Parts: sequence; structure tokens; C-alpha cells
Amino acid sequence: MHLAYPAVLAVLLFSVGVYGVLARRNVILVLMSVELMLNAVNLNLVAFDVWLRDTLHAGQALTLFTITIAAAEIGLGLAIVLLVYRTRRTAAVDEVTALGDRHEADGQGADDQGADDHEAADAAKEQAAA
Amino acid sequence: MNLLDTLLRCVGTLVAFLVLPLVVGQAEHKVMAHMQGRLGPMYAGGFHGWAQLVADGVKFVQKENIVPAGADRKVFQLAPAVALLPYLLVLLVIPVGPDGMVGQVVDAGIFFVLAVMGVGVLGALMAGWASANKFSLLGALRTAAQLMSYELPMLLAAASVAMAAGTVSLPGIVDAFHWWWVPWQLIGAFVFFTAGLAELQRPPFDMPVADSEIIFGAYTEYTGLRFALFLLSEYAGIVVLCGLTSVLFLGGWHGPLEDDLGWLWTLVKTFALAFVVLWLRVTYPRLREDQLMRFAWTVLIPLALAQLALTGIIKVAIS
Amino acid sequence: MSTLLAAAGPLEPAARSYLSPTGQEVVFLLVGVLVLGAAVVSVTTRRLVHAALWLVVALGGLAVEFLLLTAEFVAWVQVLVYLGSVIVLVLFGLMLTRAPIGRSPDADSGNRPAALAVGLASAATLVTLVVDAFRSSWIDLSGAAGTTRVTGEYLFSHWVLPFEALSVLLLAALIGAIVLSRTQGGRARPRAGKLRTAPTKPKER
Repeated sequence: MHLAYPAVLAVLLFSVGVYGVLARRNVILVLMSVELMLNAVNLNLVAFDVWLRDTLHAGQALTLFTITIAAAEIGLGLAIVLLVYRTRRTAAVDEVTALGDRHEADGQGADDQGADDHEAADAAKEQAAA
Repeated sequence: MNLLDTLLRCVGTLVAFLVLPLVVGQAEHKVMAHMQGRLGPMYAGGFHGWAQLVADGVKFVQKENIVPAGADRKVFQLAPAVALLPYLLVLLVIPVGPDGMVGQVVDAGIFFVLAVMGVGVLGALMAGWASANKFSLLGALRTAAQLMSYELPMLLAAASVAMAAGTVSLPGIVDAFHWWWVPWQLIGAFVFFTAGLAELQRPPFDMPVADSEIIFGAYTEYTGLRFALFLLSEYAGIVVLCGLTSVLFLGGWHGPLEDDLGWLWTLVKTFALAFVVLWLRVTYPRLREDQLMRFAWTVLIPLALAQLALTGIIKVAIS
Repeated sequence: MSTLLAAAGPLEPAARSYLSPTGQEVVFLLVGVLVLGAAVVSVTTRRLVHAALWLVVALGGLAVEFLLLTAEFVAWVQVLVYLGSVIVLVLFGLMLTRAPIGRSPDADSGNRPAALAVGLASAATLVTLVVDAFRSSWIDLSGAAGTTRVTGEYLFSHWVLPFEALSVLLLAALIGAIVLSRTQGGRARPRAGKLRTAPTKPKER
């Protein structure tokens, strides 16, 4: 098999992942795009491992490690997302801009209102564009 | 392996997939009835209601397929297939007899089986979310939580057998089996079977479909053929679980006259275990959701780890 | 490194033609198109749960690609961990954050054009680079490289220390997830009759 096929597929998947990370607003969708990028790397590692006939099988071993770390990452990431959602009632990355714990978060009615307005304006803009 | 051989194996697996779950379903009707002092179905087909499930199937086919107005149509319609297909794939690799009486030999057999069975949970999640029903969603979340928790002890128990046999291929494990493995792996067998019951959402682990709390869980909105497919996947799951348990822990085709009647031994062991599954349904009440989770994390996982340690010690001692 | 390269496939130009693909290549390309398409839909669709389900297709297709590259064990681990656990966790998260049925207007942020530009630029650069570098490289797929036995041997003879370090990392992640998802001291205890949105247990493996 030509090495170019898996390599190009991995590159394209990675770019799709980059687009997803930058374009998405929902945190969980961003995490999913990160998973896509990790998988592109995995494909590269496996392909080059088979190509090089590495005696240590570094590529496949590292792929297994990446998969494990990705599982840990998504577990922790989702725990954080759920915590944020519980306190802020939102899962959008660009609305979680202020540091602070619950006491401040409780009294953020005005902020919420502002965010909602912003959102509505955004939606209106998009509708106008469409 | 030529084309005809492959085709024959696939057709054989498909026939087994279509027949064995129905046998289990019929057995459930009759066994439950007799344990409760009833007769169960007696009319369909004439002799002791043997055709009851066929009649049920005809009834399900005739019913209208309703998709709720607020539902996500595509996901809703796709969900039964996602729930059912993994069991078909798993059935393909379970060996029933010596000398290659298996749909397809997979090098990493146990791994393949557990990996593919894990995909089935997606079907329940899709069904529950797409139904646009609060109870369905709750049922789907319960299903997912339950399956994720019980996959871990199942994997650990299977790993113990793989360690004992020194291979992860299912025929290889049965080949390496000796009778004294049964007491040696007893805890593992218990953990595997119990976790498998929980994965199938069979009583006493059927909180995700608890009718008194959340109607019928993720499957509440389903009717007709799609509902029948979910039921079929439950019975296929029983067959797969019992087949796997007998292959991993009870020696599969080993028994008197195993060269000629090996496949019969596998089937006998599988159905004996299936009988236990039905028996448990009649005997035990349903656990509560938090009890279920506590059982998985504080009982089954420590037991599985203990079994793993025991397997390691004995393995080192005898080698 | 030089010995490694010497052991690798032939590097001379035009050793193989791209116009007469082998059967494996054809399957690889078809599955690759499927994976790529599913990935694109997954990052562009506005239906949150559909995005996760398309991701299932993409990751499952990648498992097939691993199988085609003879990395059998990695492929099954991919199915077990990604399809069986990661996606289920993602769906769990989406459902707990109230993913609606139908399109959600706030799935994409305002910087989609910029993201598209960056994505296309990186794709163009990297594809040019990769094609230029590996145009004539050929993977010899004969001889299984990734069976369970081989994987076990190299993992537990050469990679023991990273493996153990990884187990510590997983333990840390497990504890972290438990700490994060605990509700503190009764303040956030769910009231009777109120739908509880917190997960009952963190799931880790």
C-alpha cells in the first residue's frame, strides 16, 4: 500500500479537526473535534509503524497510549463541562470567560442577560446573512 | 477457506441468530409460567403453544410503525438495528465445536467480543434520546450508566480466563480448558455472568426498563417491528452471554464423546445457563438504581480483581 | 535510524504506480472517503447528537483502516475504547447538557470563516508536504505486524515503564473526575421532585 494514502487521510482528518476546534461553540463538540485530531495522529503512527517495520513497534505502542490518554482526557473534560453547566447553565465556550466560583456565579443575572442579548444579536446576524 | 465455506458459515450463523433467541423466548414463556404455577401459552400451534413467538412476530409485523411527532426520525428508526447488529457479529466468533466449528476465527476473540458488545449501548442511547420523551431519555441514561459500569468487571473477569489460558482466542481458550478450571475460575464466572446479566438489563438488573418508574425506558415509544427488534436483541443477548460464559468458564465443547457431540455440549451448557437467566427473573425483585451502581463498583470489581490476582498466583505456581 | 530506514520499504521513485491500485488500497480509499465524509459532517452539522453519531462512523471507519494496516489489536482497542466508552461518554454529556432534537442555533461560533481558512491552509500545506515526502514510499503489508501476541510482547518488554506511568495517569484522572463531579456538602443536593442533572457516578477505565 502506498504510504501516501494513510498519510494524506491523516492530514485531512487533522485539518477537519482543526476546523472543528476553531469553529465550534459547544464545548462537547470542541472535545469531539479534539478526538478527531488525536485519531488522525493515531492513523499516522500506525501507518509509519508498519512502514518502518520498527522492532520496538513504537508507533503502535504510542497509539495505544494515545487512545488511553484520550479516554482519560474525555472523562475529565466532560466532568469539567458538566460542572460548568451545573453552575452556569451553558455549555458554550465563549460564555465562560470570567474566572470565579459559585458565589459570583449565582449573582450573574445581569451577565446572563447580556450574553443572551449577544446571542440573539448573533442569531439575527446569521439569519440576515442566510 | 474458499468462498462456499465462508458463505456456509455466514448462513449458519444467521440461522442460529434467528432460531436460538426464539427458542430462549419460548422457553421464557413456558418456564416462567410453570414456576408461577401457570401453564403459559397453550393454543398457538397446537402442542403446548410452541408457535406462540411466531404468532407474536406476525402480530408485531402487522402493527403500525409509529414515529412520535417530536422525534428525530432517522436516529429513531436506526436505533433498533444498532442495538441488534453487534450480537450478530459476536455470534459469528463464538465457537460451538472442535476443529473450526465457528463462524469466523478471530485472533483476539475475547477482545473482539467485548468491544463489539460495548457498541450495542449506542442503540439504547439513540433510542432514548430520539424518542423526545422524558422517560425514554432517563431510561437511556440509566442504560448507559449501567452498561459502562458493568463492562469493567466483565472485562476483568474475561481477562482472568485469558491469563489462565495464555491466549485471547476463543477456540484457543476452550482447547486449553481443564476440568479444575471450573473451581479455579468460579469467582470470575460469577462476576462475568452477573455483569453480563446487567449488560442485558435482565432482572434483577432491569432498572433501565423499570415499568413502575419509567414505563419501558428507552423503548417506550417503539411499536411494531422495531419494538420486536429490541426484544429480539435482548434474547440474542441472552444467547450470546450464555454461549460466552459456557465457552470461557465451562469448557465449551468438553464433555463425554466430545469429538462427535462437541457442538451438542456447547448448546446444552448454553441453554442450561439460559435457564438460570430465566430462573433469576422469576426469583429476584428489581434492585434500586443506586444499589445497582454500588453493587458494580464495590462488589463485582473487587471480586474480579481478586480473581485476577488468584489466577496470576496459581498460574505462576504451576508453571 | 539509518538501519530503520534501510529496513523500510523501497524508497526509489516510481517503484509502484498509483494507477493500478491493489485490492487493499481500493478498500482503504473507499473507507477513507467514508471516514473523511463522516468527519466533515460531524464538525459541520448543527444537530449535536447527530455530530456525535457521525463521529461514531468516522472512528469505526478508522478501526477498519487499522485492520487494513494489519494493526489488529489497535483496531479492537479503538472499537472498545472509542466506540464503547468515549462516544458513550460524549453522548452522555450531550444529553445531560440538554441537547435538543433538531438544529441548535449556537453550535457554531462566529469565527467559522477564520476556522475554515485555517483548516484549508493547514490541509493544503500538510498535504503538499506529505505527498512530496512520501510519494514513492511503499508499505509492505505482508506478515502480520499487530496481532495480540506481538502487541503483548513489545508492550511488556520494551514499554513497561510508560505503561505503568500511564496507569498512574489513569488513576489521577479517575480521582480527578470523582472530585470534580461530587456535589459539595449538601449545598447542591437535589431536591425531591426535581430532575437531577448531575451524573450519578463518574465512569473511568
